[in-house]
Amino acid sequence: MLDNSEGYVTEDGRKIGGVVMEMKNITLRFGGVVAIKDISFDIREGEIRAIIGPNGAGKSSMLNVISGFYVPQEGEVWFHGSKRPLMRPFEVAQQGIARTFQNIALFEGMSVLDNVMTGRLGYMKTNIFQQALWKGKAETEETENREAVEKIIDFLEIQHIRKTPVSRLPYGLKKRVELARALAAEPKLLLLDEPMAGMNVEEKEDMSRFVLDVNDEFGTTIALIEHDMGVVMDLSDRVVVMDYGKKIGDGTPDEVRNNQEVIDAYLGVSHD
Amino acid sequence: MFYREAGDFKTSYTADSQTFPIKFDRYRYYVVLAVAFGIIPFIINDYWANALLLPFLIYAIAAIGLNILVGYCGQVSLGTGGFMAVGAYACYKLMTAFPDVSMFIHVLLAGGITAIVGVLFGLPSLRIKGFYLAVATLAAQFFLVWLFNRVPWFYNYSASGQINAPERDVFGIIITGPNAPAWATYLFCLIFVTFCAIIARNLTRGTTGRTWMAIRDMDIAAEIIGVNPLKAKLTAFAVSSFFVGIAGALFFAVYLGAVEVGEVFGIQKSFLVLFMVIIGGLGSIFGSFAGAAFLVLLPVVLKVVGVDVLGWPTDIVAHLNLVIVGALIIMFLILEPHGLAQLWRVAKEKLRLWPFPH
Repeated sequence: MLDNSEGYVTEDGRKIGGVVMEMKNITLRFGGVVAIKDISFDIREGEIRAIIGPNGAGKSSMLNVISGFYVPQEGEVWFHGSKRPLMRPFEVAQQGIARTFQNIALFEGMSVLDNVMTGRLGYMKTNIFQQALWKGKAETEETENREAVEKIIDFLEIQHIRKTPVSRLPYGLKKRVELARALAAEPKLLLLDEPMAGMNVEEKEDMSRFVLDVNDEFGTTIALIEHDMGVVMDLSDRVVVMDYGKKIGDGTPDEVRNNQEVIDAYLGVSHD
Repeated sequence: MFYREAGDFKTSYTADSQTFPIKFDRYRYYVVLAVAFGIIPFIINDYWANALLLPFLIYAIAAIGLNILVGYCGQVSLGTGGFMAVGAYACYKLMTAFPDVSMFIHVLLAGGITAIVGVLFGLPSLRIKGFYLAVATLAAQFFLVWLFNRVPWFYNYSASGQINAPERDVFGIIITGPNAPAWATYLFCLIFVTFCAIIARNLTRGTTGRTWMAIRDMDIAAEIIGVNPLKAKLTAFAVSSFFVGIAGALFFAVYLGAVEVGEVFGIQKSFLVLFMVIIGGLGSIFGSFAGAAFLVLLPVVLKVVGVDVLGWPTDIVAHLNLVIVGALIIMFLILEPHGLAQLWRVAKEKLRLWPFPH
């Protein structure tokens, strides 16, 4: 069912399109440590793809490979049907891949609005001289992008804090601002690194709703890492399971749940 | 009560992103401009211009420049003195080579040349950060001063090794040299201060400023969300050096008139401007003005109080000045790292609610 290049239809009736990103035989080493070993999987248009696994399985490394922060020693990254050449992380971002971080990586000294506006860098075309002049092109551009940003601020319900410096915000709101910053780029692929880590049940529910809404409203393809199995199983269309840098499962949440190797990895197995 | 933003509603994003979104602030700014351009030139005399206003204006430009680099982009620089020297010597060479060209163009070109030199010395910032970058810029400081001392071409082979500003005019009004009237030099510097402050503000409130601050706050995250670190850091070095170069050109041509490079643009100058930025407030244009005003005013006030009123010996007062500046730097770093600008912001927050704090 999953190798159908035309895509598939999910249980709740959403149509999933063709392959957006494909990881082919990725191997990533840090010196003698093999963080990711020969992993291949794909991410399809419009789907919510989860990467799960125990601690140290290589999930975040995988996300870092996708966002261009780590360069794998072996393997290829295919994005929108073409092999990605060696590029710097900011070039990957300009291709339409946005992400959030496990430990919030907001710009603490800037206001929420400025943080989210930074997400729209790819849409800023004026040069430094036009910006120094301000009147004219730079101002128009600022206003247009501000409108787009305000829509996202509305969407994530953070209007009341838009002028607040990020350093003053509580953890849950910071996570939401970070999502807003990633969304502001209108990414083709959105990477969420543990979006619900450290949240209480209520905040998790809010965040889950936002993730689903983003997928639903903007049709954004999402790849996420999460530890809360309930959340993962409810949200995602397909799940990749990693353990010790190897892929041990790939499929719908139900398939993964019943995979013996996955159960072993999570519950442990006796060595006799 | 006095300072209100109630009822000051914004109906467009343009109105919301202007420099002074609060009406009161905006009017205060217009009043300051009107006084600076319309009143002070008529009452200014040589003492006020040379002791206070000219150094204040010129240091304000330098402080804005350094603040862009240190306060906005987070790249520490100890090379300000050296870059001011580049501005001064570029201006000198231009003034002597093209005597008929307007001083405005010379000063701007001197800024442009300094910007190029700044970018060159900013290249290490792509690899190193923090203290190590500070040391790299320190090397720039010493190298540039050495260069201007040792290569006679820069001071036109003059016997003294000094550079002296020849008499030049703008629209028939003498700006440089000993015969320049106080009001003309003051206005000339004021125009550049206004120009630099507006440019700095436009850049820092827009896209460029956000990329600088993103690099300052978290460079790795900035790169992953799409900031080109090369471009961000080098534009910061370029813009910063442009302002510092203008300040150096004005300091030499309009304020001092004659310069011996090691004495005027030595490492002390780098530290002085850095102190202005720290005391005034990192990451604030207003802070640059406040810091410059504070450090220019402090020795003058001390001299008036100490020497003229209390009758203390001059050298004790001069040393007292150093002690106070040192103590203040430590105090600001511990108590209020965002400097005078932050004190001003806090005062405004308080004024908004005064006299009913709840």
